[in-house]
Amino acid sequence: MDLFEYQARDLFAKHGVPVLAGEVIDTPEAAREITERLGGKSVVKAQVKVGGRGKAGGVKLAATPDEAVARATDILGMDIKGHTVHKVMIAETAPEIVEEYYVSFLLDRANRTFLSIASVEGGMEIEEVAATRPEAVAKIAIDAIDGVDEAKAREIVEAAKFPAEVADKVVNVLITLWDTFIKEDALLVEVNPLAKVASGEVIALDGKVSLDDNAEFRHPDFEELHDKAAANPLEAAAKEKGLNYVKLDGEVGIIGNGAGLVMSTLDVVAYAGEQHGGVKPANFLDIGGGASAQVMANGLEIILGDPDVKSVFVNVFGGITACDEVANGIVQALKLLEGRGEQVTKPLVVRLDGNNAELGRKILTDANHPLVQRVDTMDGAADKAAELAAAK
Amino acid sequence: MAIWLNKDSKVIVQGMTGATGMKHTKLMLGDGTNVVGGVNPRKAGQTVDFDGTEVPVFGTVKEAIEKTGADVSVIFVPEKFTKDAVVEAIDAEIPLAVVITEGIAVHDSAAFWAYAGKKGNKTRIIGPNCPGIITPGQSNVGIIPGDITKPGRIGLVSKSGTLTYQMMYELRDIGFSTAVGIGGDPIIGTTHIDALAAFQADPDTDLIVMIGEIGGDAEERAAAFIKENVTKPVVGYVAGFTAPEGKTMGHAGAIVSGSSGTAQAKKEALEAAGVKVGKTPTETAKLAREILAG
Repeated sequence: MDLFEYQARDLFAKHGVPVLAGEVIDTPEAAREITERLGGKSVVKAQVKVGGRGKAGGVKLAATPDEAVARATDILGMDIKGHTVHKVMIAETAPEIVEEYYVSFLLDRANRTFLSIASVEGGMEIEEVAATRPEAVAKIAIDAIDGVDEAKAREIVEAAKFPAEVADKVVNVLITLWDTFIKEDALLVEVNPLAKVASGEVIALDGKVSLDDNAEFRHPDFEELHDKAAANPLEAAAKEKGLNYVKLDGEVGIIGNGAGLVMSTLDVVAYAGEQHGGVKPANFLDIGGGASAQVMANGLEIILGDPDVKSVFVNVFGGITACDEVANGIVQALKLLEGRGEQVTKPLVVRLDGNNAELGRKILTDANHPLVQRVDTMDGAADKAAELAAAK
Repeated sequence: MAIWLNKDSKVIVQGMTGATGMKHTKLMLGDGTNVVGGVNPRKAGQTVDFDGTEVPVFGTVKEAIEKTGADVSVIFVPEKFTKDAVVEAIDAEIPLAVVITEGIAVHDSAAFWAYAGKKGNKTRIIGPNCPGIITPGQSNVGIIPGDITKPGRIGLVSKSGTLTYQMMYELRDIGFSTAVGIGGDPIIGTTHIDALAAFQADPDTDLIVMIGEIGGDAEERAAAFIKENVTKPVVGYVAGFTAPEGKTMGHAGAIVSGSSGTAQAKKEALEAAGVKVGKTPTETAKLAREILAG
């Protein structure tokens, strides 16, 4: 789960990383009172989970409380690279910046450990710096058990060649940032820029935090951090039902079991779509193992409720899941939906393979539902589903 | 031969007495796996009957090894307790620990992986969040259906569970030496490279099928390894060409790997290493058939 800047700021503050004051609002008028409290001026910052908001006009200085309201009015509702701005942070104006650094802790998948990245050349061009002058970016492996103590923090500071006058302050930032990383079960904590200001202080001016959804069991507070406003209504409905669903922009609804197989199904449908007017998958939906009639009904309900869907492809490989159970699930799901008085008009193409496939196929044949077609290979079924979507 | 698992493997199940553990222990026994015990400190001393096979429950992995000579542990304990279970397996120095549990926090996986290293890597870890490993006709450890295919001369390594089954099914008439699902979590024990090296050294494997998916740069690193070290033919498949681009936050990810993590980038890296890459599972199986037919 990626956090907004204001959420990252709050977590940094909680763990002692030096940050500027700031509060998040979703109505412009609220900017006035906060700006007054900040001494009459502020920075209005769009809260979107995408880079380049400054260049897009999403960060503005306000010299007075009135101006803060005006800037917040401009920015709220703005579209930045496809992200609508629902919230702005009213932040303390930064003191004069002397230097910009970069520090982060993150998961290093390749080495199966954690990594610290630090550079004295922080700012917007850090990726460029890393690509063209890798020597200017220090990467230090962090042992997942030993973590970051003062000695380790000093090692990072030396490797990145931080100036002596800020060394102690950066060590403090690193230790508190590591604390944030560990205690919040983060996959990434990044400060960019970490600014040295005229007074000599070192402050985290902007940050990114990504948290591990799998760790939610020991962080009940993660629930509040979910961005409910941004979720597509279909995605929100699916999440409520515990379904792993992602809305895409095509026409062929997809249901499958197992993330890898569903991902593969999206590809196969997209290839098949090339022969049928360019139709594409409408969604990702993994019903997981042991799909009951109810889970199948929930999944079908979400997909049939998507106005963009013109045909549905149910692609199941019965591993532990038995295909006869899946077939019964489909038949019962359709009955369930029709029983609720819902008009099911979209054709379903079903491919069942693996455990009890013959039995499952027979159940579908016997049910003889006018909207359900059986195709027994993945590629063939994808082609049929794409053809049906294109014909609609 | 096969890799890492054979008919002589003695298997214990951590979390055997839970619902998932019970279900799969029964299936594993049905596939001929030599399950010699379960581990649950609260049920130590009891035995569990699986269709007439009495399986004893031990208090600790260490005790189970001492009493049975077990050399493989398969872990079904819930995600909150998985780290402790893996650490226990490492402390007991069991040669192979297969972690089936999904939904483990990455900091926990990082911790047990680091712990394994500090203990001298005496335990090979497969997973977490994986379907396990099967040497058809000999032993099956995990949740891979035992009846998809038969013994043969293809080695399979895959991040995805269902794609493992799909590929075994596509090539079921040829059969497999060993199929191993390594899991798709950000931190995993056994990697594509480990499996490729083992299959390369296995006299019972003639061809290797490698399945990857988007994210990370494991496939790119595997490609580099194949180029230098693998002389047997390798056929690849990568899922996720049309998956929406994940929201990448911050700059750190790109700085670390230098790879975009896309399916296209992985396919290109594999092809540059001489690996034939199929566009779909079916096409991938066809490529494997063509190579085996000469």
